[in-house]
Amino acid sequence: MEHVELSEQQKKARRSRSVAIAVVLACLAVMFYVVTIIKVGPGIFDRPM
Amino acid sequence: MAMTNDYEAPVLAADQMMEGDARDFFALLKPRVMSLVVFTALVGLLMAPGEIHPFIGFIAVLAIAVGAGASGALNMWYDADIDILMGRTAKRPVPSGRITPDATLAFGLFLSVFSVAVLGLTVNWLSAGLLAFTIFFYAVIYTMWLKRSTPHNIVIGGAAGAFPPIIGWACVTNSISLESIALFAIIFLWTPAHFWALALFKAEDYGRAGVPMLPNVSGERATKKQIVLYAVLTAVSGVVPTLMGFAGIACGIVAAVLGIGFIRSSWRVFKMPDGDEKMIPAKKLFGYSLLYLFGVFTALLVDALVQKFFGVMV
Repeated sequence: MEHVELSEQQKKARRSRSVAIAVVLACLAVMFYVVTIIKVGPGIFDRPM
Repeated sequence: MAMTNDYEAPVLAADQMMEGDARDFFALLKPRVMSLVVFTALVGLLMAPGEIHPFIGFIAVLAIAVGAGASGALNMWYDADIDILMGRTAKRPVPSGRITPDATLAFGLFLSVFSVAVLGLTVNWLSAGLLAFTIFFYAVIYTMWLKRSTPHNIVIGGAAGAFPPIIGWACVTNSISLESIALFAIIFLWTPAHFWALALFKAEDYGRAGVPMLPNVSGERATKKQIVLYAVLTAVSGVVPTLMGFAGIACGIVAAVLGIGFIRSSWRVFKMPDGDEKMIPAKKLFGYSLLYLFGVFTALLVDALVQKFFGVMV
């Protein structure tokens, strides 16, 4: 099986991309949470089970 | 109209994986253009009559910015073959080989769909539709069709850059009105003088890339006449919000003073001898045009904020 050996530069670039994706995903999770609260309102917590 | 990217990227061997980092991907979004989009969309959003929750307003501006950035990425994907030939664009991530064309296309398409969906789901579908149209207009109508086929490329293509205030306005009112079209007109009429000033002192670059900009097709003299014409139209459009009554007198005075400066600066370009090597007046006009747009929209922004918080026009 052929393996791809990344250079230090490529590893650094990949790490930078991974960190950026993680930060963006975290921000999106917070953003959608806040939007849901704003759109639906606090009543979302009072719905009948 | 060819719908493929003619740029042939160097084939990557197993040990030549992409070296582009997060900053390179951010550069694909054309951050400087994006900042102008954010600013003008924000002005449209704040000037619109009505209310929007501040956080939803923030999401709206963010989605518009990401949509504009996505169209920038699609532009860089398609134009990589000519970007490599021009000094101003040769170091962009795709022609320099840091990001592959396929990754750029995927990035641009994903962000286009995502930004439109977010705007539609969180704000309204009229603004989402307008954003989708803006992305389509810039990436397909301007980049793939007009840019390489007509010297009026940026006149018509300028519409793409002028849509953000209309989208911002639609985010609040769920409608398009004469007021938002007046904001659109300022940017639409400003674009030709701004880009033709650049095209004058970058004519060699555009010529090498085969992009039919007005100076390369019709010559310097015709371009200078058109620059003055559009500078006058821009200056008039700058005071229209005041004349229509949705911006204050102070705002109109700022726009008028900046507009006179714009016409004067364009007149200096007109008086510049043909074949001038340094093109100082053209470079100055390019810089001044940015100042003009920033100044006029700052005045509109201040006016909108004063109206919102104090209920009076300035």
